[in-house]
Amino acid sequence: MGYRRRVLEISQQVQALHAAGAFSCLEMVDVIYNGLMRGAAGNSPDTFLMSKGHGCMAQYVILEDLGILSRQDLDLYCKPDGRLGCHPDYGVPGIEASTGSLGHGMGLATGMAYTERHVNKGDGLIFTVLSDGELQEGSTWECMMMAANLEVDNLICFLDHNGMQSFGNTAETHPRFYPIREKVEAFNWEVAEVNGHDGAAVFDAVAARKGGRPFLLIGNTVKGRGVSYMEGGAIWHYRSPNSEEYKQALDELVEISS
Amino acid sequence: MRNKFADAIYEIGKTNSKICALVADISPAGSMVKFREEFPERFINCGVAEQAMIGIAAGMALKGMRPFCYTIATFSLYRPFEMVRDDLAYQNLPVTVIGMGAGIIYSTLGGTHHTMEDIAVASAIPNMTVLAPCDPEEMRLATTWCATESTGPVYMRLGKAGEPDLTANAVDPFIVGKIRYLVRGDGDLCILTYGITMKMAFDVADRVRAKTGKTPSVVSVHTIKPLDEAGILDALTSHKQTAVIEEHVPHGGLGSRVKEIAWDNGITNGLKNFTLKDEFIHFYGSYEELLARHGLEAGAIAEAI
Repeated sequence: MGYRRRVLEISQQVQALHAAGAFSCLEMVDVIYNGLMRGAAGNSPDTFLMSKGHGCMAQYVILEDLGILSRQDLDLYCKPDGRLGCHPDYGVPGIEASTGSLGHGMGLATGMAYTERHVNKGDGLIFTVLSDGELQEGSTWECMMMAANLEVDNLICFLDHNGMQSFGNTAETHPRFYPIREKVEAFNWEVAEVNGHDGAAVFDAVAARKGGRPFLLIGNTVKGRGVSYMEGGAIWHYRSPNSEEYKQALDELVEISS
Repeated sequence: MRNKFADAIYEIGKTNSKICALVADISPAGSMVKFREEFPERFINCGVAEQAMIGIAAGMALKGMRPFCYTIATFSLYRPFEMVRDDLAYQNLPVTVIGMGAGIIYSTLGGTHHTMEDIAVASAIPNMTVLAPCDPEEMRLATTWCATESTGPVYMRLGKAGEPDLTANAVDPFIVGKIRYLVRGDGDLCILTYGITMKMAFDVADRVRAKTGKTPSVVSVHTIKPLDEAGILDALTSHKQTAVIEEHVPHGGLGSRVKEIAWDNGITNGLKNFTLKDEFIHFYGSYEELLARHGLEAGAIAEAI
């Protein structure tokens, strides 16, 4: 739970938004960086791209833990003279592409994966984390179609399936969109589905993939996971805790970690 | 021009393994087939999925490639605009977006296929270079620059096919970022244009010469951004009159930029712009007939100068 405390800490300093979205994908991002990516941090043949850019605080706190970003970098989050904003920015150590506008990550990741596999003839893996909302973007589905056609079996996507978007519940916005799994499989992707907060299950599902096709792990998650009043609340996409709520959140996170 | 583009990218691709081509269900004839057959791993037909084309090209560039994205101009720039802006320009990636058949050359296909605002749209994006070569040889030189020297994204406006050779006797060499005198006249009139309207500019020059006995300068402004402001200012001050001809709406194109330069330097007369109208014209006829409906016709321009 150290990562969640750090997310709260840096966001609270500037009353930043998006903590809840970072909490929902945190275990998956942790598994990617600390389990699936090969080689030393910052020198891996593999690439991680945070397609759901608003989840970047999860990325920042892990990159800090890995020594790729400094404590000062995070302390200056969203502050003048800092280099970390509410969305990841290309050129910052550990950040492979600028994302934030939804529906861009699949294209970037597909192009990266294609180049690694079919042009450079290497074995580099491309990991990316998508949001529910991104599945509503046509560009995501264009690339979902393309990725299978381009035979990018080194593309490993994670869906942070917390069922929320800023307006509310995704199943209410687009009830006919569900279930997701069959739609992705119809494009000749391999798909697995696990509890996205169970790091071991996430790791095992990716490790057990058959391969030969692009892979999607649907990680069922809870927006705001770890803070009782945030869990499942769409408002926490934008809101940040007041001082009392912040104290309660820290108490709860300590309790969970003990 | 499109066939020559395919020739150019094939020739460059033979020796530069970073060159790749992405198309969206459209392919220039001829050499693109050779490129596809000889370098299949560096050719992707994205189908009718232009957002994917630009996004995938950006991902390839992030892994070291120098992609060219090719389709009809409305679909290469307008449809995936945000991918062009965010994925290519914001990250300053060396990807060339080809806007083929720009202007109103697809006359009978209707306004959905007319690219009348692309120079304004592309020029408005930070980091974007905007090129519009006027004949096959300028296009070859521009393509070579994009493939080997560009350090960020380029939007390159191309004609369709059949553009004549207009630069064989050019006074100046082709240098990205510099205007290029194809004809240096006697200082009475300077015609500034770019891209496929260069043929019309020569027609206008011929008519003016026949009418007045004076020889106009004809200038290819193949680089719209960054614009050679010093070169434009010199043209404005070294000629009694300047005319800008462009197959583009009146706002945000070369004509607007030249007016800015004139205003900034206190030049208040002797400048006329000839552009498309700020209208969607529902007219179905030849390219030349549609140009005339917009008021872009050599005879009319020569009379109005």
